[in-house]
Amino acid sequence: MLKFIKHHMDTIAGIGLYPAISFVLFFSFFLGMLWWLRSVSKGHIAHMTALPLDEDNQTNDSVHHAN
Amino acid sequence: MIERFQYDNRIVKNFLFVTILWGLIGMLVGLTAALQLVLPDWNFASWGSFGRLRPLHTNAVIFAFVGNAIFAGSYYSLQRLLKTRMYSDVLSKIHFWGWQLIIVAAVITLPLGMTTGKEYAELEWPIDIVITLIWVVFGINMMGTIIKRRERHLYVAIWFYIATWVTVAMLHIVNSIELPISMTKSYSWYAGVQDALVQWWYGHNAVAFFLTTPFLGLMYYFLPKAANRPVYSYKLSVIHFWSLIFLYIWAGPHHLLYSALPEWAQSLGVVFSIMLIAPSWGGMLNGLLTLRGAWDRVREDPVLKFFVVAVTCYGMATLEGPLLSLKSINAIAHFTDWIIAHVHIGGIGWNGFMIFGMAYWLVPRMYGTKLHSVKLANAHFWLGTLGIVLYAVPLYFAGFFQSLMWKQFTPDGFLMYPNFLDTLLEIRTAYVLRVIGGSVYIIGVLLMIYNVRKTVSSGKLIANEDAEAPPLEKLVEAKESGHWHRWIERRPIQMLILSLIVVGIGGVLELVPTFLVKSNVPTISSVKPYTPLELHGRDIYVREGCYTCHSQMVRPFRSETERYGEYAKAGEFVYDHPFQWGSKRTGPDLLRVGGKYPDSWHYYHMYDPTSMSPGSLMPAYPHLFEDLLDTTTTRKKIEAMRTMRVPYAAEFPALANADVSAQQDKIVAALKKDGIEAQKEMEIIAVIAYLQRVGTDIKAKAVAETKPTNP
Repeated sequence: MLKFIKHHMDTIAGIGLYPAISFVLFFSFFLGMLWWLRSVSKGHIAHMTALPLDEDNQTNDSVHHAN
Repeated sequence: MIERFQYDNRIVKNFLFVTILWGLIGMLVGLTAALQLVLPDWNFASWGSFGRLRPLHTNAVIFAFVGNAIFAGSYYSLQRLLKTRMYSDVLSKIHFWGWQLIIVAAVITLPLGMTTGKEYAELEWPIDIVITLIWVVFGINMMGTIIKRRERHLYVAIWFYIATWVTVAMLHIVNSIELPISMTKSYSWYAGVQDALVQWWYGHNAVAFFLTTPFLGLMYYFLPKAANRPVYSYKLSVIHFWSLIFLYIWAGPHHLLYSALPEWAQSLGVVFSIMLIAPSWGGMLNGLLTLRGAWDRVREDPVLKFFVVAVTCYGMATLEGPLLSLKSINAIAHFTDWIIAHVHIGGIGWNGFMIFGMAYWLVPRMYGTKLHSVKLANAHFWLGTLGIVLYAVPLYFAGFFQSLMWKQFTPDGFLMYPNFLDTLLEIRTAYVLRVIGGSVYIIGVLLMIYNVRKTVSSGKLIANEDAEAPPLEKLVEAKESGHWHRWIERRPIQMLILSLIVVGIGGVLELVPTFLVKSNVPTISSVKPYTPLELHGRDIYVREGCYTCHSQMVRPFRSETERYGEYAKAGEFVYDHPFQWGSKRTGPDLLRVGGKYPDSWHYYHMYDPTSMSPGSLMPAYPHLFEDLLDTTTTRKKIEAMRTMRVPYAAEFPALANADVSAQQDKIVAALKKDGIEAQKEMEIIAVIAYLQRVGTDIKAKAVAETKPTNP
């Protein structure tokens, strides 16, 4: 698929680098997200998960649970 | 210290009630349009013909039914998830009344034929501007609420709302760039292939960011609420969100497979569509698994029943969508009723059932009472489910079989069904069943309206619901050793900007090359601008909504070139503001209709289609024979085209009406030869001029493409 894109853009100097850069950017974004999901504390997830359910809950901050 | 405040339930109630009202109206318009495909006599007036009602139906269900539901659900959940009242009651009211004003304007203008001719974006420019303003009001109200919140972190539902807001704003503005020539008429700034790409980038993402992402936000809030248990996996919802908004924006070109769109853009659309299966199914499973261990309650609670079927329909539609974007499947399904079935699984299954579930859950709570009748709600559920099945299954069959009929050859190599109408009449039974399915679904809605009314009268609206929460303390930044993702969860503005960047990159990379790289649209020297009379005719073609049933896009298949003629080239459409490729063939493709029949054939056919094609389902257009062509706008139209670099000579606008008159005389003379006495000022003359011109330029001698079409 990339060859189609390159074919139409090959008048731009160094165009070959663009797909590589975008791939690295996008891929690292997802890696970052996954890494965060691995490392995030259980308390934080529990707090977020409970948000829709805790209408009477009077805490509002996740500072209470350690990161 | 605990702060006391009140949730605004009145605005939620208002939005919810108009959701139901407009939903019923939108569905009844759809039912009328469906009846017209069975009984052409139901095209009762110029303003009530299929071509004008179909856009009204789609706009009403998307923007009025689903739109108001988004606002009802998000206003309810935002306040509770953020532990605060909406930012401003005044803005809430402006938002509510402004949106209803837009809908009323649509209900008036669309049947009058005031349309831009671009699907789901038909509303003319003054309404487009009001939509933008009201959308901004919604945005300010939402962001204001987020900023004055009492909960530090933003729940995933709110991310979906933010992404919805920012993306819809971008789509609406980019796709609505048009050049007005009067209050009620404008031309799309883009032409041909580029217009098509922008339109389907918009059209696809209207499905993605108006019908899907906000409803996923609602799902992540209301499903756990109704089941009274937390979402199955919050981590999965985070992945669901980011992958969905990363991927969705790219998939638009899958609506244009095998069209004259450059091959690379088509491939891009396919690849991203297939990748979409993963996040979509992740989301569906996340929804369904939230009910783990609570399935016994699904048996009793109609709200959960509606949600389960809705989420299942979401899963079905988001598997089917990517499959439909595979070129081999698309070759069969595109332009057929298969697509109509597919979108209704999404529309009446996913959106409709989410809305009904939400309504049954919200109304008793906001009125401090119990649902009037669980039994009736269950009856609604079963009628609705039966309605979906009865609606969709016949159309799946119809689409599949009609497509096969289009493609079938005799052993000698001729088309088995050379007459398009024969293939249409074969599937009429499916059209009847569709009417029945739709009616059953609507009967369910009527039950709900009764049930909601009864519930409302047994309680009293808690317009302002008391709540309390501690205020948000200022965070000491140094103590935070957070990751960027936790950082972003607390910062709505940054979240908004990041979402915009994510969807913006997709949009820019997809659109810009088609505009900048010349080789994407090879020019054809024999393609010339329309004559002024043809342009008038084309505007009438757009006004009557001909594109709702006729494509102008011959795909490069033998079955199509055999039936219609030469396949479409990108360079043929460079003067088409807007493009009229269409998306559905209830009638045959019209790209090569120019010169195919004598003028008199069109004359008779438009007056009474069955006179030329016995059994035709096409509406008659008697008003084209009564109304006279408005030539006062000719000059403005040509000048507008010149502004958009259509190469008319500088002095031509002043001479345009003389040109109109000369061409009218020619057509009147040709009709006279066939024994028809026509008045040259009649609109039908302009329509004939246009229909005889469509797609003929390429037949002219010296067809010289500067470059071959794409590899």
